[in-house]
Amino acid sequence: MQHASRYSALSLARHAFGAARWPRAWRSSEPKASYDVVIIGGGGHGLATAYYLAANHGIKRVAVLERSYIGSGNVGRNTTIVRSNYLIDGNTQFFEYSLKLWEGLSHALNFNVMLSQRGQIVLAHGPSQLDVLARKGNIMRLNGIDAELLDRGAVMKLLPYLDYSADVRFPIWGGLLQRRAGTARHDAVAWGYARAADDFGVDIIENCEVTGFLMENGQVLGVDTSRGRISAGRTALSVAGHSSQVAAMAGLKLPIESHLLQAFVSEPIKPFVNHVISYGAELFYISQSDKGGLVFGGHIDGFNSYTQRGQFPVAQIVAECAVALIPSISRLRLVRHWAGIQDMTPDGSPFICRTPVRNLYLNGGWCYQGFKATPAAGWCFAHTIAHDEEHPLSRCFALDRFEQGAELDDHGSGNWTYKQ
Amino acid sequence: MLRIKCPCCGERDYTEFTYGGDASRERPAPDRADRQTWYSYVFVFDNPKGPHQEFWQHVHGCRQWLVLERNTATNEPGASRRARGDASE
Repeated sequence: MQHASRYSALSLARHAFGAARWPRAWRSSEPKASYDVVIIGGGGHGLATAYYLAANHGIKRVAVLERSYIGSGNVGRNTTIVRSNYLIDGNTQFFEYSLKLWEGLSHALNFNVMLSQRGQIVLAHGPSQLDVLARKGNIMRLNGIDAELLDRGAVMKLLPYLDYSADVRFPIWGGLLQRRAGTARHDAVAWGYARAADDFGVDIIENCEVTGFLMENGQVLGVDTSRGRISAGRTALSVAGHSSQVAAMAGLKLPIESHLLQAFVSEPIKPFVNHVISYGAELFYISQSDKGGLVFGGHIDGFNSYTQRGQFPVAQIVAECAVALIPSISRLRLVRHWAGIQDMTPDGSPFICRTPVRNLYLNGGWCYQGFKATPAAGWCFAHTIAHDEEHPLSRCFALDRFEQGAELDDHGSGNWTYKQ
Repeated sequence: MLRIKCPCCGERDYTEFTYGGDASRERPAPDRADRQTWYSYVFVFDNPKGPHQEFWQHVHGCRQWLVLERNTATNEPGASRRARGDASE
């Protein structure tokens, strides 16, 4: 990037010892009357889309409209895990591309996103579950993705603090390790993309809520916002959690329900959990942040809601999983706990596509997996907007796939699993 | 904790119930053959932020299906009634 104040060791020293204050990372922009592309939603995906529109496609008359402030939504509410251990074609290649972008992201953005490839281990609690993981590992390796199958002894060596006692309800049989998986600092991802997009001239407009679309002959010509009318050549939705709400303003109904996913942070402790671990007996995942807090989460609450406040029984189940897996943390206190609203789709896979409404593009339906997808989603969505055609990597994420019988059901568990 | 008034059993924790989705839609007649109708019924939802009518089953109680009014923006539960007759038989 060409930023006037590029971050470097030298700039760090200059600001540490000099009187110069750190400049704002991005401008506070007033909305202009018109843009080539208006992106609704200033989350990680919206900002990444703006950045790649400018960096890859030379489209720089772009506005990102954020209802609140940058980092207030799901980009700051996830458990920061990045990985590419998927099972079926489409997902596998897309998420691996995303992980490759993650690996170069700090350099590309000149912003340290603190990618930590500490490895993720998915646990198996029986021979059949380990068979499934072996199959997944083989699929990953056939796609050039790193995967190592671990037996019980290998898991004991890497994760000696799990419960290996004889009478445990779900004994640990083995696991699948992806060494390149890990975590990234989620706030830095939002700020890094915002700063890099701003550097290309993208206007990032915070506290600007879209209240309606300017429609003519079935096509979108711009948006009405709380800060005035903005006309747009193309309009892009990147508002996962509220996709149904915003799309409805353009007369579009989506196969999405909004649900809550909770996340938890314990009090900080010394380095202990050195990997990302996924429990195989329930949906539960845990890692340790650089500040020392254990970061973990579980299932969605199970009924649609926009409250951003989780229900207590889920917190209890998650805590039970944590203690079942790692008994030694039973006396740790939770210090923070929150919920994010997410678009749940019937098959658990997202949308990055054109829509039946002309000039309106959709990136949403991210279910649990939006954060790790941020770079590739931005990359593919920018391509979709710039060329009015889906990127080869995201063609599988089309809006009409349920009508066509082309679902991407990575869990193999059928539609709307939480309603079954 | 979301508390649901079961028409048979009274007010209980939501964990006694299983969620059954949007109750405001009408199931198409079984002999409807066109794909679009079934696609809309199975997959597409209004997903409103506000008042919502939804099915719940009291699986750990009377096992009756009920229709609950709940505000999805606040989780405030409203009235509930037995669902019989709401879904097609």
